[in-house]
Amino acid sequence: MAKEKFDILRSTCVPLPLENVDTDQIIPARFLSATTREGFGENLFRDWRYSKTGELNRDFVLNNPKFSGKVLVAEKNFGSGSSREHAVWAIYDYGFRAVVSSFFADIFMANSLNNGLLPIVVKEEFLKKLLGLIQKDPSTEINIDLDKQTFTIVSTGDSVKFAINSYKKECMLKGLDDIDFLLSIKSQITAYETNKSLAK
Amino acid sequence: MKAKTLFDKIWDGHVVRSIKDGPDVLYIDRHYIHEVTSPQAFNGLKERGIPVYRPEKTIATADHNIPTKDQHLQIRDELSRNQVERLNENCIKYGIELFGLNHEKNGIVHVIGPELGYTLPGMTIVCGDSHTSTHGAFGTIAFGIGTSEVEMVLATQCILQPKPKKMRITVNGNLHKGVSSKDIIMYIISEISAGGATGYFVEFSGSAIRSLSMEARMTICNMSIEMGARGGLIAPDETTFNYLRLLPAIPGIKDMESAINQWKTLTTEPGAIFDRELVFDAEQIKPMITYGTNPGMGMSVDDTIPITDDKNKEASSSYLKSLDYMGFKPGEKLLGHSIDYVFIGSCTNGRIEDFRAFAQIIKGRKKAANVTALIVPGSKRVEEQMAAEGLTEIFKNADFEVRQPGCSSCLAMNEDKIPAGKYAVSTSNRNFEGRQGPGARTMLASPLTAAAAAIKGKISDPREFFTE
Ligand code: SF4
Repeated sequence: MAKEKFDILRSTCVPLPLENVDTDQIIPARFLSATTREGFGENLFRDWRYSKTGELNRDFVLNNPKFSGKVLVAEKNFGSGSSREHAVWAIYDYGFRAVVSSFFADIFMANSLNNGLLPIVVKEEFLKKLLGLIQKDPSTEINIDLDKQTFTIVSTGDSVKFAINSYKKECMLKGLDDIDFLLSIKSQITAYETNKSLAK
Repeated sequence: MKAKTLFDKIWDGHVVRSIKDGPDVLYIDRHYIHEVTSPQAFNGLKERGIPVYRPEKTIATADHNIPTKDQHLQIRDELSRNQVERLNENCIKYGIELFGLNHEKNGIVHVIGPELGYTLPGMTIVCGDSHTSTHGAFGTIAFGIGTSEVEMVLATQCILQPKPKKMRITVNGNLHKGVSSKDIIMYIISEISAGGATGYFVEFSGSAIRSLSMEARMTICNMSIEMGARGGLIAPDETTFNYLRLLPAIPGIKDMESAINQWKTLTTEPGAIFDRELVFDAEQIKPMITYGTNPGMGMSVDDTIPITDDKNKEASSSYLKSLDYMGFKPGEKLLGHSIDYVFIGSCTNGRIEDFRAFAQIIKGRKKAANVTALIVPGSKRVEEQMAAEGLTEIFKNADFEVRQPGCSSCLAMNEDKIPAGKYAVSTSNRNFEGRQGPGARTMLASPLTAAAAAIKGKISDPREFFTE
């Protein structure tokens, strides 16, 4: 099914200066009982957003009115742990369209790209600098140009290139989806199966 | 020709086509599904109005969200019940074999796949679950996928995957008494960190790995994801073939010995190049335990918690936050620290050998009064075998609670939650914040270390139980 297209995104950022943010934090297992993809944003970072007794945790960044935007910036090894795509659905449903880190867990990365959430890998020093800037000035804007593969801090003009394979880039720019592609090469898949069983 | 790795041999043999500057279209031989990560994929098929392309290649079970008590009764939690019912309906509708709740072959997806003979050397295997890496113990390329990819496999038996980099981890030497394969993998993760193998597929080799049983190998491959690896695999050998020979049935294999002759070619050729190589010495490994909130935060059970997470720098805020959650301090010793819960089970250590190992220490003893201990077999078959071998009785006599199969406290989607602030020694694979219930404090360990803790009521060294 077609996804929302992604080309240029200019936005403020939400800083999450933590390492190893795992999928159990992004969406705890007890919220995985739904059978549709919608509504997970409500429980994004549930146990950090709310105290054990259900009160809003004012110290957590999502509850801090100073910070908002469509870009989440976190430290290394973001999205580790479970393969649950619910983590990406929650981030997307909450309103984020890109996540920035110095590296992502592999399955999280694949899940993001399959759901129109752009994972951007930047160098550790750049990440630290960016986090520092956002924390100092929450109105700091960034600009993401997917076609040019550039990530720019608007106020300083600092710009970095990010990597994405050209197939996935095409999919995101056009809002296309892998299943459409796979269905379109069905005859090749059948041919592969026939060759395999003949080789046996 | 260039020497090939085992990984390359299997991968290259499954590429339907490559996309220029993009991923490969990879054909999948075996697809496992469960109730939590499949409903949205089936919804997708319905919206597109397409069938499951090769239903006979998918096997389903209910494991994550089921109760471990009174399984014959209706599931009390409405959402959980709904999820399990959706799975039943979808499997009937699309013609998929289901080992659902109360089926005699039900169990955790990564326990039943191998024991029912559905996981075979040389296969590509996926499941909407990160611990699919477990199946790599048979010399397969097995890895976890997201729900969109589950839908791709249902629709076309293929997924799009960029080829990962290759790493080889060699472990040589003999293990000490009281040290198990769980300790090997926990040791490796503590050495290279929870993200240390991100982007790689890992082949495990070396004399220490070769000497392990299939079940012990599964524990290693299972936790390869906990160092960030896409998956882990071990070349099949006589241990693998004997395991398969002893299974009651292997679906789809007519002539076992000729299949085995084929599988013997599944090795890494001498001189094959890996992107990264690591070597460890099994003699250095002691019983391990985790002290933090990711599996990389582990140490020998008799060690002290490191002062910083990085040798030269100050402790990062993430590191201190993690210790704070656990109620520990840098430099603290854990031996003797009082505990509240012990959980034995999961796809890491919920197989018959794990319970045998656990029973070695428990037999003839009682659990400590301050400890609540839960024993959850990985499958119905394991449950039956436990009873047949008298292990269930040993556990009951020691005042353990023996439950019915499922994922249970490993991720606490059902009622088996560890209360906030309580300490649990767990044989599962993740010690993330809240993994075993909101506020729960998890310490990962081997079945032997968990047994020692259950008997003493505090963190203890299992080696003490092995000195005559
Ligand atoms: S036992 Fe735990 S890790 Fe294994 S499949 Fe179940 S929830 Fe996942």
